[in-house]
Amino acid sequence: MEAMHECKHNPGFMRDTLVPMVGIITDIRTETPDVKTFRVNAPEGGKLFEHLPGQCAMVCVPGVGEAMFSITSSPTNKEYQEFSIKRCGVLTEHLHSMQVGDEIMVRGPYGNNFPVETELKGKNLLFIAGGIALAPLRSVINYCLDNRENYGEIDILYGSRSADDLVQRKEIEEVWCKQPGVNVHLTIDREQEGWDGHVGFVPSYLKELAFDTNRTAILCGPPIMIKFCLQGLKEMGFAMEQVYTTLELRMKCGVGKCGRCNIGTKYVCKDGPVFRFDQVDELPNEY
Amino acid sequence: MLKIKKSDLAALFARISEKNDLFLPVKTAGKTNFAAWDEAADVDLDTLKTVKSPKDAFFPQSENLYTCNREDGKLKVSPEKLTDEPFVLFGIRACDVRAIDVLDRVFLSEPVDSYYAARREHGIIVSYACNNPETSCFCKVFGIDAAVPAGDVVTWMVGEELYWEAKTEKGEALTAQVRDLLVDADVATVEAAQAAIRSIIEKLPNSNLSLEGWGAEAAKTRFDSPVWEQLYKPCLACGTCTFVCPTCQCYDIKDYNTGNGVQRFRCWDSCMYSDFTMMAHGNNRTSQMQRFRQRFLHKLAYYPANNEGMFSCVGCGRCVDKCPSHLNIVKVIKAFEKEGV
Repeated sequence: MEAMHECKHNPGFMRDTLVPMVGIITDIRTETPDVKTFRVNAPEGGKLFEHLPGQCAMVCVPGVGEAMFSITSSPTNKEYQEFSIKRCGVLTEHLHSMQVGDEIMVRGPYGNNFPVETELKGKNLLFIAGGIALAPLRSVINYCLDNRENYGEIDILYGSRSADDLVQRKEIEEVWCKQPGVNVHLTIDREQEGWDGHVGFVPSYLKELAFDTNRTAILCGPPIMIKFCLQGLKEMGFAMEQVYTTLELRMKCGVGKCGRCNIGTKYVCKDGPVFRFDQVDELPNEY
Repeated sequence: MLKIKKSDLAALFARISEKNDLFLPVKTAGKTNFAAWDEAADVDLDTLKTVKSPKDAFFPQSENLYTCNREDGKLKVSPEKLTDEPFVLFGIRACDVRAIDVLDRVFLSEPVDSYYAARREHGIIVSYACNNPETSCFCKVFGIDAAVPAGDVVTWMVGEELYWEAKTEKGEALTAQVRDLLVDADVATVEAAQAAIRSIIEKLPNSNLSLEGWGAEAAKTRFDSPVWEQLYKPCLACGTCTFVCPTCQCYDIKDYNTGNGVQRFRCWDSCMYSDFTMMAHGNNRTSQMQRFRQRFLHKLAYYPANNEGMFSCVGCGRCVDKCPSHLNIVKVIKAFEKEGV
């Protein structure tokens, strides 16, 4: 990560990483009753910055607030960046009321990334996500699909409360499901009219699917789902070294200085958000 | 070694302030804190500890980061101007100088905080040895010598004279500005004063606290200790310890609507507050015990683990003096010394 980059609007002045860039919302997709995906471009077009799969950015509305969101679009997308945002607080409520053409502020990218060019390369991959937690994994999934020859078989296990709460359903059905060597396993918590897919919680579906351990797992979801999926993976024989996740804690600075996301010797914004579970096990139980 | 008569200090301060902003301990309404010097200032070099540490010379309690305005209907971000004028901090004690070293490792590590870095670049530190260490002091525990502080210039008050020694290039440059006010002095006089200071420090009740078991390994060995549960209960979560602490650097970033745009500022915050880690989906430290433990493990285990064993407590004793519940880091260290876990 660069410490400071030269400010485009004021040449010669080094812009601090805490100072954001203005971005334009160029598309808004309603994914579910409480999730929207926002497409963001630089005012002059193109992307605000380059990022790696799993990295995050601070999205800010002046006078309303600023918070860290994972960048859900893949770096292989050369035109724009996207954030899938669930309405659950003051800032996200405001973002949901915004329109195409509105200006927001963005700074980043922050944090580490999924090791797509090292540890994940050449591996069979198993993505496991619940609800809005598909957002950080989508960046990795699309990166792998755009570099298909570098990865083996890809399994995507994704579940949510109901069929209406599945994020990126169009892309899942029209793109992911049609890729060779990609198996998508969708599930919803309860029976629903018009749904002929699997019904049940993600951890129990994971057990039913009984994957062999010749793959690397990438797991993200609510804490309770993580707990039981991890238990399931262990029972299947997975080592903690072959399971990755991405953590979420309160953040303000994004650069390991404001102290909020500190757990043990790590700052989740800077040393994470991506951790292997053997690394997570080393942290005090405060996440 | 140089020196100046105490009675000539006003002339020294006037000279320094010709080319630099000068900040030193000033007594206002009975309390001594670092403040800007002017001829009317009640300069107080006798009070050992300013109420607040001088950390806000580099990391202000509140500072603007940038302003957002609308110009021709477009959102415009204007970063705050960085410090670009020299300033002198006169009269900083050894513990507080070490604290700047602690803060440097946070703010000057990548990515560098340019607001802090600009102040560090332009700030000149004139430290001041402690003639009268107090019972709440325990800087010796952290290997700090109050008789010989670090700094760009180090000074000692011996009798009615202030002894002055430049230690860095910045210190030499400042000395050149005031050289005609200083006269050559004898090192032996200062050495005798240093010996006297060290003999007082030896006798202080907390000078020989044991740090055994602290450091990187404590992150694991002491996290689940029952001692935290026994200790934290009187904590009111007022945050006084973090605000008077010279090394606490947690901060918040907030907006202020000026009516003509939005100023984004940062201000000191405290890990002792219940909303510090609160997010829309929950809070990862829900009890005061967890927050209390976080503060001390950060200073005595997490920070040293990331900084070659350097502790982020400097033994200034301000928390010892100011905690309304008489809870402090000395109590924590002693409790673990006794329990050994």
